[in-house]
Amino acid sequence: MQRRPTLLTLAAATWLAASLAPAQAQDTVKIGVLLPMTGPQASTGRQIDAAIKLWMAQSGGKAGGKKVEVIVKDDAGVADQARRLAQELVVNDKVVALAGFGLTPLALATAPIATQSKTPMVVMAAATSSITEASPFIVRTSFTLPQAATGIAEWAAKNKIRKVVSLVADYGPGNDAEKFFAHQFQLNGGQMVDKLRTPLRSPDFAPVLQKVRDAAPDALFVFLPSGQGAQFMKQFGERGLNQAGIKLIATGDVTDDDQLADMGDVALGVVNAHHYSAAHGSAANKKYVADFQAMHKFRPNFMSVGGYDGMRVIFKALDATKGAGGEALLNAMKGQVFESPRGPVLIDAQTRDIVQDIYIRRVERVNGQLFNVEFDTLKAVKDPGKSK
Amino acid sequence: MLTLLFDGIAYGMLLFVLALGLAVTMGLMNFINLAHGAFAMAGGYILIVLMQRAGWPFLACLPAAFVLTAAAGALLERTIYRPMYGKPHLDQVLFSIGLSFMAVAAVDFTMGSSPQVVQLPAWLRGRFEFGSGPWALGMGAYRLFIIACCVALALALQAVLTRTRFGSRLRAAVDDPRVAAGLGLPVDRIFLLTFAVGSGLAGLGGALGADILGMEPTFPLKYMVYFLIVCAVGGTSSITGPLLAALVLGIADVMGKYHVPKLGAFIVYVLMIGLLLWRPQGLFSREAGR
Repeated sequence: MQRRPTLLTLAAATWLAASLAPAQAQDTVKIGVLLPMTGPQASTGRQIDAAIKLWMAQSGGKAGGKKVEVIVKDDAGVADQARRLAQELVVNDKVVALAGFGLTPLALATAPIATQSKTPMVVMAAATSSITEASPFIVRTSFTLPQAATGIAEWAAKNKIRKVVSLVADYGPGNDAEKFFAHQFQLNGGQMVDKLRTPLRSPDFAPVLQKVRDAAPDALFVFLPSGQGAQFMKQFGERGLNQAGIKLIATGDVTDDDQLADMGDVALGVVNAHHYSAAHGSAANKKYVADFQAMHKFRPNFMSVGGYDGMRVIFKALDATKGAGGEALLNAMKGQVFESPRGPVLIDAQTRDIVQDIYIRRVERVNGQLFNVEFDTLKAVKDPGKSK
Repeated sequence: MLTLLFDGIAYGMLLFVLALGLAVTMGLMNFINLAHGAFAMAGGYILIVLMQRAGWPFLACLPAAFVLTAAAGALLERTIYRPMYGKPHLDQVLFSIGLSFMAVAAVDFTMGSSPQVVQLPAWLRGRFEFGSGPWALGMGAYRLFIIACCVALALALQAVLTRTRFGSRLRAAVDDPRVAAGLGLPVDRIFLLTFAVGSGLAGLGGALGADILGMEPTFPLKYMVYFLIVCAVGGTSSITGPLLAALVLGIADVMGKYHVPKLGAFIVYVLMIGLLLWRPQGLFSREAGR
């Protein structure tokens, strides 16, 4: 008596499973995300991963009538690994879009795969200007170094800073920052006393900071990748550069929200230019920061916003294409205009790069914690690297 | 100029303390321990955990780093290092480099891979300035503290090795373990103690250097090269050898990064090649190699 129902259920279940399996595959689209979850750039990976989780929770994980599955892989900040993983994601997992890319070399290494497989590739972090030119399938939702560097150079020239030494990390974005800062600053009558570079991995700031001190400029302009700011600020203070009357100006990567709270008083008063601050006053950002902190217990930084907006761009594009990928998806990404937590942004249809406001901020203490407080805005800045 | 020299000396002193344990195990015990950097990293992380998470004062953390890594060293010597003493050097190298990789992965897993930031107490964050112009001397309080610690350590160790009974027993045990054992010296225990102290010194060096060198999981792999250079250039038969070698390297490194930033970290290697071509035995080693 007991046997027959069991068998029947089993049969029914098998039939059901068999009929559902192909349907389910069609109703799911996959997004492959490559992030440095380990290694020196792990903070970037952690921030973007957290933002993606937040977006998935808020959007219900559905786009274009389909369920969206996000596959996060760890590239450890190593370019050849990023490329290999991207290939696996495209060939084996059949992802409709690649996303992530914490460092410029990782994005450049993966670009040929995006081109060959016609898979849109959303760069959520890497900020060298030339990245979007590496493949016609690249769309960027972070920022470009020339946007930030040109902004701070404008401000410096207007604020009685005449002689500047620049200090950048020696790789793509650093070279961009150095070049565009110097160009804009000299255009406005400033003088570059020296241009210094530190290695990307495990830099030793002591000798270069001594060199800056001996050169005695009005200000030191700094770009360092997200994650190195705290170490730098500490040595800047220890070497007594602020006592020697050398101002610190920077791109916002140095006073990264992720580390700013630990930097201490030496960071107070540092003026920098960037596209996002957790202290941005808009209603959209207040909601974003509150939701983010409720879910993750740490402060979102500009990397997280790049990831969050990247997800939005992919989801809206999937809505438009009803879940189709390839060139249709890419075209649906171009020209998107929306209100991001950072402010109004546009994905430029021609360059596939982001157009956004750049804010000039000063580090101040707000409710006992350090924040980048915005005091000036450059409206709708297009990547200066593309206008030539 | 003087400031640079001062920074170089501080850096060199740090290298000296870090490499000393290696010189002891390699020179005195004739064992190649490439996991030495892992002990240094352990010391650094002990400092960070105790100070940042448990709220210990900085000065209490330094001895703690020494004692805990020494204890770990003793435990490992007893359990896994001892069988390796008689093995050929290649086995020792493979074994200890494997140990380093395990340490790197373990720290990566437990502490995360981002570099740790050490918050020094306020009294070590100051700076003293003397003079002006090219001969200005600026000394960071922390670097001054490092130099003082390291000089004290070097003097103490030299005294222990040359003046005390333990020192002479150690030298006897190293020269000929069998005869020493036959004369009633507890060779095993002497080696155990020496290894523990060597590891403890690495831990102390790691703790002292956590702020300047930066603590992250890849620390052992990154700095092991420097430790080996110090041992190769300075020779491993005395304490003065590694001390001078570390000072020369530290000063050359800082000066090089200042004056020829393009060559950067390469200066150290050029110097090593030059010195070893000139004196293949190491700067201060006794002519008779073992």
